[in-house]
Amino acid sequence: MKTLMLGNEAFARGLYEAGCKVVSSYPGTPSTEITEAVAKYDEVYAEWAPNEKVAMEVALGASIAGVRSFCGMKHVGLNVAADPLYTAGYTGVTGGMVIAVADDPGMHSSQNEQDSRHHAAASKTMMIEPSDSAECKEYTKMAFELSEKFDVPVIVRMSTRVAHSQSAVELCDREEREPIPYKKDAGKYVMMPGNAIRRHPIVEDRMQAIAEYGENCPLNTVEDNGCEIGVITAGICYQYAKEALGDKVNYLKLGIVNPMPVQIIKDFAAKCKKVYVIEELDDIIETHCKKNGVDVKGKELFGWLGEISQTKIRDKILGIQPEFNTFEDNVPVRPPVMCAGCPHRGLFYCLSKLGVTVSGDIGCYTLGATAPLCAMDSTICMGASISALHGFNKALGAEAEKKSVAVIGDSTFMHSGMTGLVNIAYNATNSTVIILDNSITGMTGHQQNPTTGKNLKGDPAAAVNLEELCHAIGIKSVRVVDPYHMAETEAVIKEELAKEEPSVIISRRPCALLKYVKHKPALHCDQDKCVGCKQCLKIGCPAISIHNKKMVIDHTQCVGCGICTEMCKLGAIKGNEE
Amino acid sequence: METKSIMIVGVGGQGSLLASRIIGNVLLNQGFDVKVSEVHGMSQRGGSVVTYVKYGDKVYSPVVEKGEADIIISFEQLEAARYVQYLKKGGHIVTSTQQIDPMPVITGAAVYPENIIDKLNGLGIDVTAVDALTLAEQAGTAKASNVVLMGVVSKKMDFDEAVWQQALEQCVPAKFLELNKKAFALGREQV
Repeated sequence: MKTLMLGNEAFARGLYEAGCKVVSSYPGTPSTEITEAVAKYDEVYAEWAPNEKVAMEVALGASIAGVRSFCGMKHVGLNVAADPLYTAGYTGVTGGMVIAVADDPGMHSSQNEQDSRHHAAASKTMMIEPSDSAECKEYTKMAFELSEKFDVPVIVRMSTRVAHSQSAVELCDREEREPIPYKKDAGKYVMMPGNAIRRHPIVEDRMQAIAEYGENCPLNTVEDNGCEIGVITAGICYQYAKEALGDKVNYLKLGIVNPMPVQIIKDFAAKCKKVYVIEELDDIIETHCKKNGVDVKGKELFGWLGEISQTKIRDKILGIQPEFNTFEDNVPVRPPVMCAGCPHRGLFYCLSKLGVTVSGDIGCYTLGATAPLCAMDSTICMGASISALHGFNKALGAEAEKKSVAVIGDSTFMHSGMTGLVNIAYNATNSTVIILDNSITGMTGHQQNPTTGKNLKGDPAAAVNLEELCHAIGIKSVRVVDPYHMAETEAVIKEELAKEEPSVIISRRPCALLKYVKHKPALHCDQDKCVGCKQCLKIGCPAISIHNKKMVIDHTQCVGCGICTEMCKLGAIKGNEE
Repeated sequence: METKSIMIVGVGGQGSLLASRIIGNVLLNQGFDVKVSEVHGMSQRGGSVVTYVKYGDKVYSPVVEKGEADIIISFEQLEAARYVQYLKKGGHIVTSTQQIDPMPVITGAAVYPENIIDKLNGLGIDVTAVDALTLAEQAGTAKASNVVLMGVVSKKMDFDEAVWQQALEQCVPAKFLELNKKAFALGREQV
């Protein structure tokens, strides 16, 4: 029987069916559901690691121990895990090791749209790319076999549209596998220069062998429709091309995107008058073709930015543009906003009011950068808020220290923020770091982390005590505030900014969307008392809007957090029980 | 059969994922090849969200592009206007009359357009507008407005009601099933 599954769920099913034993990942859109889904199978051990580097090292350790292992992450997560990856490329594996990396062309939920295929080439590992959910499952199973056959970690490259699209998948049973008995092999796994230098030629030979395998394998396929035009493509772009061009062209679909075959491409191109390469982001396939003397057209038509689509392909290759209706009025944009009741709102209002420079980080709270709060000056990558604040303060000195803060979530702090805090303590700036502790990893959809006291399966686990951790790092001034109480929060921020020492403020209040958080009844605005001063709009709550020049509160959104009552000097906003 | 396309649009948090799963299962149960495309992550937080459902003998791209949607299901009026470019000529819109001000309207940087449904009708589009929020509250919770709209849409598609009921049972947790069946029935009564 066929079941509709997200690409990520199908990937997880592939891990299960392939007999994968150990999974360690860090959440990141659009990769998160792979690990959440595989955690539901009791036969597989699965965990959230504090970051992607840890996750990949756990997976490599499990592979060395002789079982099939997996780690999953988003594209920028692979930057964090690049260090173990590049050397795992040298050591190879014992049990099959599969890595999921999910790219995000179009940046639906990311800070850049880097192309992970560069990492596969640079780390000399194998990368394969499925184009729908059924392939996600089948490629994952094949990835383990190829990993063991060629002694190489295999990266399965996902993209947002593959990861987050559901299509039909046929389920199979799990194949249990006996672990490969552990045998010490220092020459393979102790990567000091004397050993690594002997591994490198093995790695080069292996990559050559995989490229040759790709000349005739089920992953790289030709569809000869007897046409003059040829399309070389991979992943989701294959689906876009099929929709746009149907059987009007020939296709070479590359399931293996690193290392790529040569002869199959030359033979395919030789039969066509014109060959297009259709790939999102960088020109990896196109460059490979041109390097091997195959004349193709790619980026000059399709560009380097965002997603490709059936429309773009129809336009560029067939010259057909779509027809459609257009709405006459200007339609206001609807950017994402902090939810009603979000504990970050009060904190960011205080920062906005104080006019401080805010070194930001990656999470829901990045929305503090948007209007009307506009309380963020920079956001780079996971953990950068704290280290960048230190650099900012070293550059501008004592005056800057009194007017600048870093903000970082609890999960991001555990991921890579605490090393920056060690640097602040060790190399001494009087920086003020605010940890936004909402007791969950919020933006990726509520994953547990080392501070929450629960593990991936929801069972009780050791919890890092943030206050004690900050003390141990060397920060003496550690304060805890409740961001629902804005006056107190503002006072504490002012005090800590003024201190001649580094400090940490923990702004603690669980995410308003957590199921266990009990909400108060919705508030309402007394229309007789409201004068329409708009003071309450300054907090940017999506539940508050203006109608007939007075404020109204949407009872379907309001969770009664009461921050707006602190804004209203006239007492017009009230609880419904009053 | 030529591939058909449905778009579900709304505001993050309104329950478009459940709606897409219900329709996806209806279509899979009818033996179609189906693709459902969702966007997760940051856009969930009160932003404009889009889900695509495509079905036919063989579906390739999971994405619906401008001028391709046979039906647009909108949980909020402004979102219906935003995505009208995606509707195929001769396509239908099913929309809730609910209005949720986006942040630029709340801050006064932009104006919420007036008479959206009339203007959509003015483009020659077949628009079915229902007060899904009030009907959902009648069924027991504002959260069921997505399923009210499923009830409306079920009248616009040529499948037996039993197939929809089966999909509801597949997609909705048992303890909320009765409530959602009520919401679905209220939606069906609107057409």
